[in-house]
Amino acid sequence: MTYTRRTKDQMAARVAQDMPDGAYVNLGIGMPTLVANHLPQGLEIILHSENGILGMGAAPAKEDEDFDLINAGKQPVTLLPGGAYFHHNDSFAMMRGGHLDICVLGAFQVSERGDLANWHTGEADAIPAVGGAMDLAIGAKKTWVMMDLLTKQGQSKVVPECTYPLTGLACVSRIYTDLATLEVTHQGLRLIDVVDGLSHADLEALIGLKIQA
Amino acid sequence: MINKVADSVAQALEGLTDDMTVMVGGFGTAGIPGELLDGLIQVVHDSRISGLTVVNNNAGNGDTGLAALLKTGSVRKIICSFPRQADSDVFDGLYRSGKLELELVPQGNLSERIRAAGAGIGGFFTPTGYGTELAKHPDGSPKETREINCRMYVLEYPIYADLALIKAEKGDRWGNLTYRKSARNFGPVMAAAAKRTVASVHEVVELGALDPESIVTPGIFVSHVVPVPRQATQGAGFKKVA
Repeated sequence: MTYTRRTKDQMAARVAQDMPDGAYVNLGIGMPTLVANHLPQGLEIILHSENGILGMGAAPAKEDEDFDLINAGKQPVTLLPGGAYFHHNDSFAMMRGGHLDICVLGAFQVSERGDLANWHTGEADAIPAVGGAMDLAIGAKKTWVMMDLLTKQGQSKVVPECTYPLTGLACVSRIYTDLATLEVTHQGLRLIDVVDGLSHADLEALIGLKIQA
Repeated sequence: MINKVADSVAQALEGLTDDMTVMVGGFGTAGIPGELLDGLIQVVHDSRISGLTVVNNNAGNGDTGLAALLKTGSVRKIICSFPRQADSDVFDGLYRSGKLELELVPQGNLSERIRAAGAGIGGFFTPTGYGTELAKHPDGSPKETREINCRMYVLEYPIYADLALIKAEKGDRWGNLTYRKSARNFGPVMAAAAKRTVASVHEVVELGALDPESIVTPGIFVSHVVPVPRQATQGAGFKKVA
């Protein structure tokens, strides 16, 4: 089988393509942040940052950076006209209270039931850090994961059961990867799309799970 | 007459004792009360204070501010959501050598536990963390859970503090505060949760000069307002003036 993996930017564009006009969206730190660069022209998609911003804009020019205006990844950002600032309780009420339409998170593993593991490797000497991941995972109306399908060692990160410590139970509804896009349903995983040259059977073999067409 | 404007950081921090819980505002480069932390480090040094519990979103960067406080050895425990960072070397070393206890709390639970303390709430059920390692007590026993409207929740308790150090933008002698951009973060939440709240401000204004519609933290939650000059924001590698 010959196929080409989607680049990070192609993955980000694929995620952005599914965002509806008017959606309130939180993009997790790391790869999901790239989605902001690919939001469809002409739509109003409002970005939330957990440290207390709605209506977050693009990164400022180097000389215009204001370090009182940063995103959750601690990088300088801007505010769009109509944007707002608020304190942490309001911000997490938006997250936990089901007010965000979509959050996009990175992951170590996602189970076929939509369990998410993305905060801790569980290694004895690792220092754990969780931030807002658990609030987002269970709080947004839809939790989407964006990640490479395979580890560097070639193991599937979509698994029957997560072996890393969990972030949230049955919270992921869609998995965007470099090889395929998958929907998590009550009946298991369903294929939305796959890169050219990779057959359905090949994909099932890579993941080791049954995937509905 | 009420005058909460302190002459100095030292005056606002008089009378601290061992084993206090200290909340420190800030997230990333925004809202870190650097001058108040420097003042606290001085007090801790001069009065040989130990056994502090610190509540912050992170666990210090580089070797200034919270990291410098940790380095004094006066902190027994830190309650935070995101200790591990590229330059959290001071915390990493203390934690790995067993000299600093860590209570890791999901960020929204941290914020809500602080809010609960300030709001007189005895505890609350949250969906965040249910079914995870963080729905356990530090000794590994499970936290109480409950099904409410077909959803599972974890019981979490308030975090009270003896002292909160926060950074605001403007304040008046009644203690009313405004903030600047995303530097607001934990400030208004922590202000209500501590017995003593000290806020640094870049400008002290006359009563009535703050638009009552725009006051974010009403003065009732604030004990001391300390004017400090605006400085370059430094932290996490950022150096430019805010």
